[in-house]
Parts: sequence; C-alpha cells; structure tokens
Amino acid sequence: MAKNPAEAAISAEHLVRRFGNFTAVNDVSFRVEKGEIFGFLGPNGSGKTTVIKMLTGLLPLSGGSALVEGVDVGADSESVRERIGYMSQNFSLYYDLTVAENLQFYGRIYSLEPARLKRRIEEIVQLNGLAPYLTRLAAQLSGGWKQRLALGCAMLHEPALLFLDEPTAGIDPVARRQLWDLLFELSGHGITFFVTTHYMDEAERCSHVAYIYYGQLIADGTPNSLRELPDVQPQGTLRVEITTPEVTRALRLARQIPGIRSATIFGQSIHALIEDHFNLDDLGDQLLKNGIAVTEIRPLAPSLEDVFVELTCKHQAMLEAARA
Amino acid sequence: MRNFFRGFGAVFYKEVLHVRRDPATLFFSLVIPLLQMVVLGFGIDTNIRQVNTVVYNADARRESRELIDRLKNSDTFHIWRYVGNDQDLNDAIIAGKARVGIKIPVDYSDRLLHNMSAQVLVLIDGSDSSVAGQAINVTTAIGLDESLRRVLEDRSTLAVDIRPKLLFNPDSRSPNFLLPGLTAILLLNVTTFLTAFSIVREKERGTLEQLFVTPVRPMGLLLGKLLPYLAIGFSELSLILSFMRFVFQVPIHGSVVLLAFLSLPYLFVSLSIGILVSSKANTQSEAIQLAFLTFLPSIFFSGYIFPRETMPTVFYVISYFIPASYYINITRGIILRGAGIAHLWIDGLALFAIGTILLIIAARRFQNKVIMA
Repeated sequence: MAKNPAEAAISAEHLVRRFGNFTAVNDVSFRVEKGEIFGFLGPNGSGKTTVIKMLTGLLPLSGGSALVEGVDVGADSESVRERIGYMSQNFSLYYDLTVAENLQFYGRIYSLEPARLKRRIEEIVQLNGLAPYLTRLAAQLSGGWKQRLALGCAMLHEPALLFLDEPTAGIDPVARRQLWDLLFELSGHGITFFVTTHYMDEAERCSHVAYIYYGQLIADGTPNSLRELPDVQPQGTLRVEITTPEVTRALRLARQIPGIRSATIFGQSIHALIEDHFNLDDLGDQLLKNGIAVTEIRPLAPSLEDVFVELTCKHQAMLEAARA
Repeated sequence: MRNFFRGFGAVFYKEVLHVRRDPATLFFSLVIPLLQMVVLGFGIDTNIRQVNTVVYNADARRESRELIDRLKNSDTFHIWRYVGNDQDLNDAIIAGKARVGIKIPVDYSDRLLHNMSAQVLVLIDGSDSSVAGQAINVTTAIGLDESLRRVLEDRSTLAVDIRPKLLFNPDSRSPNFLLPGLTAILLLNVTTFLTAFSIVREKERGTLEQLFVTPVRPMGLLLGKLLPYLAIGFSELSLILSFMRFVFQVPIHGSVVLLAFLSLPYLFVSLSIGILVSSKANTQSEAIQLAFLTFLPSIFFSGYIFPRETMPTVFYVISYFIPASYYINITRGIILRGAGIAHLWIDGLALFAIGTILLIIAARRFQNKVIMA
C-alpha cells in the first residue's frame, strides 16, 4: 500500500467542519486508494454530505487538510474540480434540455475541445446505453435513465475520481443492479469511486467502507476486516442463524435465555450473538419445549449491518460513559 | 492563466435554449407588461374632469342659471342632479353620489341686480384631496371671473394678464405623463423576475450545486445568466416604446438611441436585483414575494405616481436610493422634454454606480449563502 498521501485518490487528515457551535465533522481522517470503490455510510445528518462538500471544494475546512488526486483542496479547489466528477442524489439535470444537450452543456462547462467532446459523448452514450434517448427531454426519462445520464454528465471530462451521493436512492432494483455493474466496469478502468449509500448490500460490494456517526468516523476498512474487528465479534462469542417458522415468538423467548447476548429478526430467521460455551443443542431444546419448531441452526459471519450496529452501540456507550 | 469568465459561453448558450424551449414564458413576460400598459394608459386619467355635482338652485332666475352653465362649461363639473332643499343636498354628498354640492340662495339674482355681494355656497367632499383642490380652484376662478366681468363692464382688458403656457404636455394628457414612468416599472418587473427565476429554478433543481462542483467561475455563471435576459429586457423596452409612440400617440421628443443607451445601466440594476433576490430566495414563491418587496418602493417613491418633491423629507431621501427615480427622470426627460446627454448623464452614472454596488453585494452573498449553504 502506497503511503505517500499524494499517491492516494483521497487523503483526508483530521477534517473538521463547524457550523456555528455545531461540529458537523469532527476529526475525520481516512485514505482512499486509486481504483477503489469506497463506500461511505452513516445515518442521515451524520455528516456524509458535508464531507463530500469539503472534499469537492464546496465548503471550506474549519480544520485539518485534504489532498484530492494529489491537490490540496483548501489551496486550489479549482484544480480539484477539474479532476473530479460529482453526481448528487437528485440527478442534477436540466429537464427542459434533451439528453444530448445536457451532455453537451456539461462538456462545454469543462471546456472540452469540440473534437474531444464529440468523442467523449459517443463513448458515454455507448457505455451507458443512452443512444435511443438522445433527442428526448431529460424530464421524460425514467429514474434509472436519469441517473445514467447524470453519471454520464459527471464523467464526460474523464475524471479520475467520481463522487456519487446516494446514486441509487429511489430507483428500481434492476436499474440499481445495472448501475453497480457499470461502476465495477469503470472501476476496472482505474476510476476511483466515492459512494454514499443506505443499502447494506451495496456497502458489501465496496472494496473499502467507512462509517460516520454524528460527525465521527467509527469504522474504516475492507468489509472483511471490519467483520473481524474485536468490537464486532467479541472474544468468546459466536454468531448464529436460527431458522424457524415462528420468528416473533422465538425472538421473545430467545432474548430471555441466558447466554444469548443479542438477537434480531432477519426475514424467516433470527440472528443471535451467543457465548461460545453455550450449547446450540440446548437452544434448540429450549425452543422446542416451548412449542417452536426449529428448522436449522447454523453459525454465521457478521453482516456489515451487524458490524455497524455493534460499532454504533459501542460508540454510544462510550459517549455516555464520557459524559457521566 | 485562469479565465475569470470561465463557463460563460456554455451557460449563455444553455440559457438561450431554456428560453427557446419555453416560448410561453417568453411570450407572457413580453405581452403582460403591454396589457398593463393598455389598462393604465386607457383607464387612468389623472386630470380631474366631470366631477359629480349636485345643485340646489333656490333662486332659479337667469343669473343663477348662467352661473350654473359656466360651471358646467368648465368641464370640471358634471351636474348629477338638481335638488330642492338643503337636506337632499347634504345627503347626496354624504351618500357619495356627488363630490360637490352647490347652493345658490334665493336672493342671488336680487343682490346682483342691486349691486350687492351675492353668495354661493360650495360644499366639497374633502376625502380626495386632488378632487377637492380642483373644485376649489375652479369655483373660485369662476366666481372671480364673474365678479370681474361685472366690475369691468366698460373696460375690455385686464390690468395684469397672466398667460400660462404648458411646455411639454400641452394637452395635459395623462398617458404622456404616466407611460414613460410606467416603462421604468415594467422593465424592472420583467427583468428582475426572469433573472431571479432562472437562478432559483436551478437552486430548486439542484443543478446550481452541480455547477459549483465544475470549474465554472462565478462571474462566468452570472454573466452567462444575465446577458440573455438583458436582451429580453431590450426587446421589452422596444415593444413598450413602440406601443407608447404608436398606440398611445405619446411623442418622443429626444433621441431614442440615447434612451436605449441610458437604459443599459438601468437594466443592469434590475438584473442585479434579480440576482440579489435569488441569493436569498430558495423557492420560486419566495422569489415572487421578495421581488414584490423591491417593486413597491419603486412604484411609490420613484415619482412614478407621486411627485418626489412633495414627499416628506424621509421619503424624499429614500427616493434617491431607488433606481427607478433616476430612470424615470431619464425617460420623462428624453420622451417628454427632449433632454440630451448633457442633462441626464448624472442619472445614468448614478444607475451604473447602484448597479455595480448591487452586483458586488449579490456576488458576495452568492458566494457566502448559496455555495456555502
């Protein structure tokens, strides 16, 4: 791994952003390598968009520093803007312009030469499958196509780094799948992606994820390394999946059994964190005794959602302890 | 070298596309001002004529009827009704049927014939001061004239003969006075709204935020947005002027080229106000309200309706900060009085200064409130 900050796509050191007395981003440091798909997660209002605005030069930093594509954001945000693309969650398109006009406008904004603009539009149209819609008004596109057009507009100038702020909010599952396929393809060409999302399955597909909680970064690593964090999988515990037709009753019961630290419903099964001296057969017996049929009990690796839930609880407990 | 106006061409072209794509908005923004002009030009007459008048002629002989004819012929009074007692005379005024009541006493003719002073009572509804003023002036003048005629029966000329001559609007036509002022209000209206809307729409859509992440420079963005609307403002100006000249027959005594030239700084001011409004407003309805806030002082303090000179001192001082004050001076100066650059350069300069200050404030607010929000 390259350690020179100038070689990273993003190298953020102790970012701070205050609005009056409120600290929206509190001492956030992370590093995104070139070619990564970096998933940036966190609840609404936790500072995700603020961090994007700081990294794209829209908001000045209250503290810390950030190199984006090797350029200091605080010193030369215009050079940063040349090198990055940005797609906001509301697909910032001009609805009364056609697909082709939208592409041409953004190309001119980035002062692409006419020949290069023509070539790039052809490439993007081919890549995103926009060819049948070129003369259609952007307003008439469906959500998925609007998003593809917005992505096309954001990458006309061949940025090395693309910021996608909730790119899949509110679009249908097929379009969502197609967008991710496209991201993987582009990532294969060496483009770095900074993606925020609320979907855990999307987070699982990222090569690197970070979780921000009320202005503080509480997780940062590959999905697998996060799953192995001691906070997530405490010493002497085990995660199991209990499949049963009567999840609600089973959950109520399971929560009363000593040795089960936590339990949550996932569809037709219960995910539980149990102490590893606990005998799985005992659990099955106890449930059976109460008239609950257990189809299967098997060990389970923690999902990213488990990871974030555990880390959030830990962090909150820590904050409360500090306050007390 | 960094281009200070980067993105200007792209934004300009895009704005032209927006305007072309939405011909209805363009049409209405050009035509509605003309409609306003028709309503005000044909409908409003600031000259006071044909005031409803009620008459109680208790005398009813020749002398009294002559007096009433003279009042009628003045064009100021319209005899609404004749009544037969004091009570009806009072009631007609209280009920608002008549604004003026004239009572000729029973001994009017007798006293005149005996060379005594005859009295005529004129009751005036003072609730509209301009009507009341006109009624006082005309009745007094007729009384004086009538007296002089009787005293000077033998002499044919007056000792002092005052001969007033109205210089620039000899017929005192209201459109001549109103329409040049209205031009200022309509231009302000159209350009402020169009600019504010074009920016607020991008705020609502989120495209403005997108533009700030591109290398476009604020000046390139603002000018690219302003210039198409400057062109629309100019089309509006030529429409208004043609309408004024050919439909309302208001003669233009000065140079149209000079008027166009001095309109530039005024349009610049209106567009800057539009940007200022859009830096504050986040939705189109907020923009409408804020824009109206800027129109009201322009209508009331600019001298468009009420002469600036008769305003209370506070408002007179305020009127110096109203761009329309200067522009109305320019339009009335050129159209009605045939004024030249020598008379009006200072107004043009004032407008240019106000526009520059507003644009700087607007650009700063844009930087601080819109980008950083």
